[in-house]
Amino acid sequence: METIQSTLGQVNIASIIIFFVFVAVTLVITYWAAKRTKTTSEFYAADRSISGFQNGLALSGDYMSAASFLGIAGMVSLKGYDGLIYSIGFLVGWPLIMFLIAEPLRNLGKFTFADVVAFRLKQKPVRIASSFGSLMTITFYLIAQMVGAGSLVNILFGFPYEIAIIIVGLVMIAYVLFGGMLATTWVQIIKAVLLLSGATFLVIMTLSHFNMNPIELFNQAAEKYSDAVLAPGQFVTNSWDAVSLGLALILGTAGLPHILMRFFTVPDAKQARKSVFVATGFIGYFYILTFFIGFGAMVLVGQDVVSTFDKGGNMAALLLAESVGGQFFLGFIAAVAFATILAVVAGLTLSGASTLSHDLYVSVFKKGKSDEAGEVKVAKIATLIIGALAIFLGLIFEGQNVAFMVGLAFAIAASANFPSLLLSIFWKKFTTKGSVASIITGAGLAVLLIILSPTVWVDIFHNEAAIFSLKNPAIISMTASFTVGIIVSLATKEKSAEEKFEDEKLRTYLGIGAE
Amino acid sequence: MGISSERVKDILASEKFKNLVKKRMRVSITLTIIMLIVYFGFILSIAFYKELLAFNIGEHLTIGLPIGIGIIVFAWILTGIYTRWANKEYDKSVRELRNNILEG
Repeated sequence: METIQSTLGQVNIASIIIFFVFVAVTLVITYWAAKRTKTTSEFYAADRSISGFQNGLALSGDYMSAASFLGIAGMVSLKGYDGLIYSIGFLVGWPLIMFLIAEPLRNLGKFTFADVVAFRLKQKPVRIASSFGSLMTITFYLIAQMVGAGSLVNILFGFPYEIAIIIVGLVMIAYVLFGGMLATTWVQIIKAVLLLSGATFLVIMTLSHFNMNPIELFNQAAEKYSDAVLAPGQFVTNSWDAVSLGLALILGTAGLPHILMRFFTVPDAKQARKSVFVATGFIGYFYILTFFIGFGAMVLVGQDVVSTFDKGGNMAALLLAESVGGQFFLGFIAAVAFATILAVVAGLTLSGASTLSHDLYVSVFKKGKSDEAGEVKVAKIATLIIGALAIFLGLIFEGQNVAFMVGLAFAIAASANFPSLLLSIFWKKFTTKGSVASIITGAGLAVLLIILSPTVWVDIFHNEAAIFSLKNPAIISMTASFTVGIIVSLATKEKSAEEKFEDEKLRTYLGIGAE
Repeated sequence: MGISSERVKDILASEKFKNLVKKRMRVSITLTIIMLIVYFGFILSIAFYKELLAFNIGEHLTIGLPIGIGIIVFAWILTGIYTRWANKEYDKSVRELRNNILEG
């Protein structure tokens, strides 16, 4: 076997310098943003001053995680075509956000998607239930991101895992605590530009080895391994699993609280619409690049080398960067991957903090009566709580296999958050009890079925056979959530909610009275 | 805003507003269904009929590659179609109705 030539795992000076420049620049932006972050509208929603194009970039920065960049490139490099199935699933939720959710959400809501669910229902029970769904989604997503960050930084920069978690946690807390949504938005925009340009360069440099012809890249992959890498393979062993995962991905995106929250940063529904168009374009482009990067790593680095560094293939994009662009380019891509994690966890933390302060403290505990300064203060305390929680969870889950947690976050988003949001916007007879029952059913079943599924019951608890055979529960938990929501609503007529539905239309469709 | 509830009722009951809501629902639902059919067509062929996507169209190239990348591009084009429709037609009706309400 040939010796593996890579500096991966050694201290890379270029990488450290680029990363610290990124942190320095974003902290300066945070300082600038801090002066413009005094009121609640500024803290949660950047005073609705973000343009549609900027928000589109920020949405893609919020959504393109290091997990999808490194994970999907790795999966493509080891399994070929199957990686594309994930990419497509992660993208096709966006058009549905556009057609069904974005504009009514912008017109009806103020700071969180729970504003919209609770708009014409009884505030207290609905806020509590939807906060529960939000916080669960955010927590599982955060764990996956933090653990990924720790191991990534550990491999890339050679820092110990704990230090990496603490650095990520502290920098992210600084963004959100001082700069609120304005700083978070700009961190996400800068990260999106870096990630998109880095990935573009990587693909151009890769294709230069194949006369700039992608077909030649695919042909060489097939010749080096087999024709099977260009066709769907063993990804799907259980057909219903594919359908269930498909549902979780396509509808879960429309139930991610940190994504939904971004729609309140633009001035109106028209800009909300534009944001989705821009975001879908950039995210789609990025996933297509990831596909080429995966095949590039397969051919130029080789599957045996990729899997030596990480069994799941997570280092494929970085090894490819080194192979086509040398140590400096490796450093650049590594720094971008780290910046990527920072931007995503900042978005998640802000969203978790707004759930705690806006949905729970102000709307439930204070019954909506809270002054501006008081609420901003609570939101900042909530930021510290969520930030500390992220660091703590990152530390206790060290070395655990947390890949399934992203799937779980999407399953809860699709089963707990999305049904209530959709029914509340479009169905006149939806009631408070229906909403609460739907959220509890969706979230509870999603968690229970994941625990009983092969991913946790067999892979983590080491039992012989799973009690529930699907890896992703969405097909059951989401169907149950919709069914329960509809049945309970029909059984518990709520006259005030039905009356408000008519008046609400003025705001939903015309934007009159929108904040 | 000083809109009387009587006036709101009139507007909500007006043909123009009802048509606007109906049109918007029709466009949203049609585009949603198109997206779902395309995506689940792809997923179901992976789940139940893999040979389809493995069909050879070149030396090694399979039809699954252009289809997969095509779905991503298609999803984006759909959002473009919606945006164009909303910017041109929907916003125009919304503007008319809003002016009508806020002036009256």
